[in-house]
Amino acid sequence: VSLSIVLWLPFAAGLVGLLLPGALSRLVAIAGTGATLVLAVIVLVKFKASTGGLQFVTDETWIKELGIHYKLGIDGLNLFLIVLATVLFLASAIWASFTEWERPGLFFFWFGLAESGVLGALMAQDLALFVIFFDLMLVPFLFLTGSWGGEGRVPAIIKLFIYTLVGSLLMLAGAIATGVLAPGDNVTFVLSDLAQRRLSTGQQEWVFLFFAAAFLVKMPAFPLHGWMPDGYRAMPLPVLAVFSGILSKVAAYGFLRIVLPLYPDATVHFQELMLLISLASILYGSAMAFTTTNTRLILGYSSVAQLGFIVLGIFALRPEGAQGAVLQAVNHGLVVAPAFFIVWLLAARAGSEDLRDMGGIAFRAPVLAAMFLIVTFALLAMPGSSNFVGEFLILLGVFRAKIVFAFIAFAGVVMASYYALRMFIGAMHNRTGRTVTSREMSVRDGIVLVPLVVLIIGFALYPQIALFKGERAVRQTIAPAQQAAAASERAQVTP
Amino acid sequence: MSALLLPIAQAKVSGPHIDWAGLSPLLALFGGATIVLLLGLFRARPVREVVVPFLAFASFGTAIGLGIWQLGRRVDLISGAMRSDELTIVLMFIFCAAGMAAVLLSWRGVAVREASHGEFYALMLTSAAGMYVLVAAQNLVALFLGLELLSIPLYVLCATEMRRETSLESGLKYLVIGSVGSATLLYGLAFIYGATGSTDYAGIAQKVGSVSNDTLLLTGIALTLAGMAFKASVAPFHQWTPDVYEGAPTSITAFMAVATKTAALGVMLRFFNVALLDVQGDWGPAIAALAAITIVVGNVGALGQSSLKRLMAWSSVAQAGYLLAGVVVATRLGVQATVFYLATYLFMNMAAFGVIVARERSTPFGDDIRSVAGLGAQQPLLAAALTLAMLGLAGIPATAGFIGKFYLIDAAISGDYTWLGVMIVIGSMVSLAYYLRVIAAVWMQSPEPADAVPVTTTGRPALAGGDEVADAPRAQPEVWVVALVFGAATLFFGIIPSPLFDLAVRAGSALGNLF
Repeated sequence: VSLSIVLWLPFAAGLVGLLLPGALSRLVAIAGTGATLVLAVIVLVKFKASTGGLQFVTDETWIKELGIHYKLGIDGLNLFLIVLATVLFLASAIWASFTEWERPGLFFFWFGLAESGVLGALMAQDLALFVIFFDLMLVPFLFLTGSWGGEGRVPAIIKLFIYTLVGSLLMLAGAIATGVLAPGDNVTFVLSDLAQRRLSTGQQEWVFLFFAAAFLVKMPAFPLHGWMPDGYRAMPLPVLAVFSGILSKVAAYGFLRIVLPLYPDATVHFQELMLLISLASILYGSAMAFTTTNTRLILGYSSVAQLGFIVLGIFALRPEGAQGAVLQAVNHGLVVAPAFFIVWLLAARAGSEDLRDMGGIAFRAPVLAAMFLIVTFALLAMPGSSNFVGEFLILLGVFRAKIVFAFIAFAGVVMASYYALRMFIGAMHNRTGRTVTSREMSVRDGIVLVPLVVLIIGFALYPQIALFKGERAVRQTIAPAQQAAAASERAQVTP
Repeated sequence: MSALLLPIAQAKVSGPHIDWAGLSPLLALFGGATIVLLLGLFRARPVREVVVPFLAFASFGTAIGLGIWQLGRRVDLISGAMRSDELTIVLMFIFCAAGMAAVLLSWRGVAVREASHGEFYALMLTSAAGMYVLVAAQNLVALFLGLELLSIPLYVLCATEMRRETSLESGLKYLVIGSVGSATLLYGLAFIYGATGSTDYAGIAQKVGSVSNDTLLLTGIALTLAGMAFKASVAPFHQWTPDVYEGAPTSITAFMAVATKTAALGVMLRFFNVALLDVQGDWGPAIAALAAITIVVGNVGALGQSSLKRLMAWSSVAQAGYLLAGVVVATRLGVQATVFYLATYLFMNMAAFGVIVARERSTPFGDDIRSVAGLGAQQPLLAAALTLAMLGLAGIPATAGFIGKFYLIDAAISGDYTWLGVMIVIGSMVSLAYYLRVIAAVWMQSPEPADAVPVTTTGRPALAGGDEVADAPRAQPEVWVVALVFGAATLFFGIIPSPLFDLAVRAGSALGNLF
């Protein structure tokens, strides 16, 4: 399977859909995302866990004069995120086809471009190419939200776009500096080459901060999340599901793929700062999630907290922590997308997305309630769920690296169970809301929701699959930072 | 008879050697100007309204064709006053392409009718000839000659919609401020001559190293820089830009925005990176500071604008700041990046101005941002062109503007001006706020009701140059062509930039003294 086909298929489907009348463009979009998922699964099956390094590599010179390569590849770091992206985009495409959009051809064109952008960012093995896709994947969301979003969409999306591009543009400067200032004769942006020719420590530090800004805004992490509430409120729900489910993970992935191997000295230097930011995200996100009543924002703030966990695991700079982070990235994507779908179903029954208007929805909807309960348990990382494994590994890693941070982070686990259960009980049980009409979900809704829930259960039973296929790559990617950490410890011991 | 006499005369008088082939692009522009001017005197409407613009278009095309033929030759023209090399020719491609687009945009507009067709196009061609002289100049006299030849026709062109007050204001303002700029430049050139005792670049370059701390030289450089900054609308010498851009006929605004900037940056590349290369330590930090100020002033100035032309004016100030980064570093990479960005700048601006002209003629809102509201639902193709232009100017990937900015930042960082590269990035962030406003208007707002404002551009009495048929709001295919072709180019060269890189690299190779 050529990765280029996987990458561009959704976009091609979107282009075709643009030229077809409305009803057909949906079918084309679903077919395109479906075919992409099939290809991604073929890649997953063919992927050999035993051989290290990149597989399915495509490497062409794209812009000779700037040293930019079109290099794609898959290893244990991005394998499951790619599959996750294709799963979520397919589910979201089916879901989006339930709604009558104005100008559907254009909607699904942007939707296809979004998927290609995300897949490109995940597959890219060239720093410049990564930056290009990282910026490009945001553009469709500008249009998807601005044209089809809810109230206050235009200011919200402009805020979101500027916020995230501020980070991305700084990252652009950092990326160019990485290529240009790297020792060696010719300029290159290929990641594997750059890992061999590192910047000096001083250069690494400012470049690190630029990259961290880009990734932390995109996640979002605590002090940089200002765009999130407005953006989440305005975005159409099917779009929000993929946005929250996968775009934030690309940022976390960026830390593992680029920052740790390329700037190990700076990583060690800023380790505690990053751990502090992630702790703040966990505490702030959790606290906000159990005070807000807008169901979208409960999920939004819970994402802030969850991504805090992921960053915590990455910057533990231990194999367990990083593995837990990769696993948790997949888990969270698998949980948050069905959760947004459930929000959509709840809003259809309660007439509002506010938790105060809900209640008693489980009354005549046992299947929906069961689905919601499974998703809730996964969200709060109930023992037995894959999220539990992920959080456990993350905390284990942090415990071994920086014990103090682990103690505080445990509080986040407790708070997660509070906000997740509060949302479930508030919506499904309690006194029936005034405008609520409880009814079961339809078969059509089941097409989207049931497979995702089945995946959650499957992953809970067998999380090793992601751990096993990813282990080698994770060890490799954090090795430079571990060496740098060991070196700096030695330097402290013998001054 | 005269045909017979000519060879005889040539046999008797041996004049200086003239490289006609090298001069041919310039001759095409001058020749075109003469022919167009004379044909414009005909009474027949088809001649004035069809043949004349066609010939103007063809003259620009011929100049480009001759340039392609001459690409690769490096020859001194007119006993070393000018030099035709890759840099000259590639820059000429850019401003002649801008000229072709401007001819199409002017063709059926108000300005050409009021200024009489022949004169309008002749002035445009003469101005382009001035640009050629300017970027090809090899000594201070040719430099000044080129600058004036470029500017004076533009002063007139700005005022060609002579029954509109703002157009006259634009012309007058440009004349006054442009003259101050020219005078400053001339004064500076005199100082430089005084310090180095030479008027040609090669002579200056030889001497300049030995007089590097001379007050005379430093004053000269400062004054010259200020004069050039006026033309390139570099802050703090940019104040004329918004008013002039807003008042001038839109096609002329487009021509000025692209072509004048290309010529001004071209002459800076040659003057600073060839003649004054040895004293880069003197002017490098100064230009870098100007570039940083320009980026901030331009982007902040654009934020509150509701007139699209004023917005483009401020944006062009900001873009001038980005472009200066390529001049500052004085490396071959810098020259290449500047030339590359100028080419992408041509695409993005012409696409945007094409859409502005199209909307100006079919809505009553003129160039107000309301004229493009809801365009995405009404005319998706035009909307796509404008969107690509705005995304490109903001530097979003998959547009030529992104690659251009990448190249400039690359050049800045490898020339030890990392902070300037970061400034470019910060400027782009601010610029998103106003470029996105346009995109939001295009795709995310519903069209303004057309009776919201009194009609301004149409329905003027015949005495005031009104023409019921010509002023009727309608779609004009040539304007669409400009918008769509340049919009498509913005996208195409964002994905396959190699052809542009080839040209930029050849242009950079012309300045052999850089490394």
